[in-house]
Amino acid sequence: MELLTINNVWMMICTALVFFMHTGFAFLEIGLTRQKNTINILFKNIFIITVGLLLYYIVGFNLMYPGDFNGVVGFAGFGLEAPLVDGSFDLAYNEGYTYWTDFLFQGMFAATAATIVSGAVAERMKIGAFIIFTIVYVGIVYPIAGSWQWGGGFLSSLSIGEAEGFYDFAGSTLVHSVGGWAALVTVYLLGARIGKFNNGKPQAIPGHNIPLATAGVLILWLGWFGFNGGSVLSANPEATSLTLVTTCLAAAAGGVIAMLTSTILYKNLDLTMFLNGILGGLVGITAGADQMSPGDAILIGAVAGALIVFAVSLVDKIKLDDPVGAIAVHLICGIWGTLAVGLFGAKAGFDQFLVQLIGVLCYAVFCIATTFGIIYTLKKTIGIRVSEREELEGLDAHEHQMDAYPDFRLNEH
Amino acid sequence: MKKVEAIIRKSKFSSVKKALHEVGVNFFSYWDVTGLGNEKEGHVYRGVSYSTSDIQRRYLSIVVNDDFEEVTINAILTAGSTGDVGDGKIFVSQVDEVYRIRTGEKGGNTLK
Repeated sequence: MELLTINNVWMMICTALVFFMHTGFAFLEIGLTRQKNTINILFKNIFIITVGLLLYYIVGFNLMYPGDFNGVVGFAGFGLEAPLVDGSFDLAYNEGYTYWTDFLFQGMFAATAATIVSGAVAERMKIGAFIIFTIVYVGIVYPIAGSWQWGGGFLSSLSIGEAEGFYDFAGSTLVHSVGGWAALVTVYLLGARIGKFNNGKPQAIPGHNIPLATAGVLILWLGWFGFNGGSVLSANPEATSLTLVTTCLAAAAGGVIAMLTSTILYKNLDLTMFLNGILGGLVGITAGADQMSPGDAILIGAVAGALIVFAVSLVDKIKLDDPVGAIAVHLICGIWGTLAVGLFGAKAGFDQFLVQLIGVLCYAVFCIATTFGIIYTLKKTIGIRVSEREELEGLDAHEHQMDAYPDFRLNEH
Repeated sequence: MKKVEAIIRKSKFSSVKKALHEVGVNFFSYWDVTGLGNEKEGHVYRGVSYSTSDIQRRYLSIVVNDDFEEVTINAILTAGSTGDVGDGKIFVSQVDEVYRIRTGEKGGNTLK
């Protein structure tokens, strides 16, 4: 009983930390975009966390954790229902946390996938289309994808040789790649911002508040203490403390290597690459944070940091416009982190690598297909892109009739 | 009376201000301006190099009596110079009349 109390308190602290990550995402996104679209981005972020939680209450939780099911799609009914034993709340529901904590912790995760898309499509997507996409993606797609692994679905029991099941500790694939694939497809269907490519050459569109972007990344790092630390699903002293060590070392290594790589390639000390490198390291370690030694964690983070720099430039080369680097951070490093479980740490081995690869491909197919279905339908019906005039004058002025900084207009940019 | 207008580097503003005070020019207006010029500033953002010709400078507008014209210009020329391209310009023009709003008086005395 006392152990459950301690476990449950830790899980609620982690829940609060994951909630705080939404502040980090909001700060990072507005910092790396132009001031004329600030209200629009904040509106999307607030919409995602509020509506995301409600959707997770209505359908998400029971789609993601349907109990016994066919392994692909299951649904345990609408809303929440406290588990009872002899008419009172069942404290033996789980040794690590109560039913209520379970719901709220997972609910905080659910909104993250859509937030990743928000940054990638910033400054040009219609708010109405984004709202519809968010509702379908957070309400239905994310929970079904999650059920395949965390809900006890077919990937969790996929065994090849010595490997027993796909492994994704805290969501390199289930959260970050699921958001990253959606970002990739949406950015492709949406097209680049006006002025991003001039005769095919990528142009810089600098963000308007780098201090805020920096605060956002540090807040996200803090939130990751809960994202990974809570994914232990109890307050197990060894597992939680090791997880926090690997998480922080990977973040640090990711930042340093991204900074060094971009300095060598571009001959300048680019703070935004440094920041993206930290996030890349965090996303990379997330799949195997409890399976790695500190040395493994540093290697995984370092590779993620280098990948970020090349991925940002690759995204530019294939004419995709991702203002905040979401595809590089969440998709590329999410895939890397998932595969790294088969290369480093306690589970490393060819069979595990193969299972990880199959898992990555399953999510790729599902997320690309569903996102393409939703966004393409929206494109052909209500449209997904604002008019040229709205884009040039800013989404704040047209979609919201508001100004983020009414007394502060130095540069119309 | 003359109007001396100067576009100077922001980094030279405090030394120009001090030099003007030293020659007895104590009243003037200034504001920040953005302009275009020959100078280009190189930048890199997320791996993409770009250069901007938008140049940030400070604009001074000083109205003085004719006998102050030369010392005012010399103060700016000396204190505002780095020797590099982009130090700015000085424009001098004739001012027909000056009024002090509080009293309604006009002429050179209002500048003292």
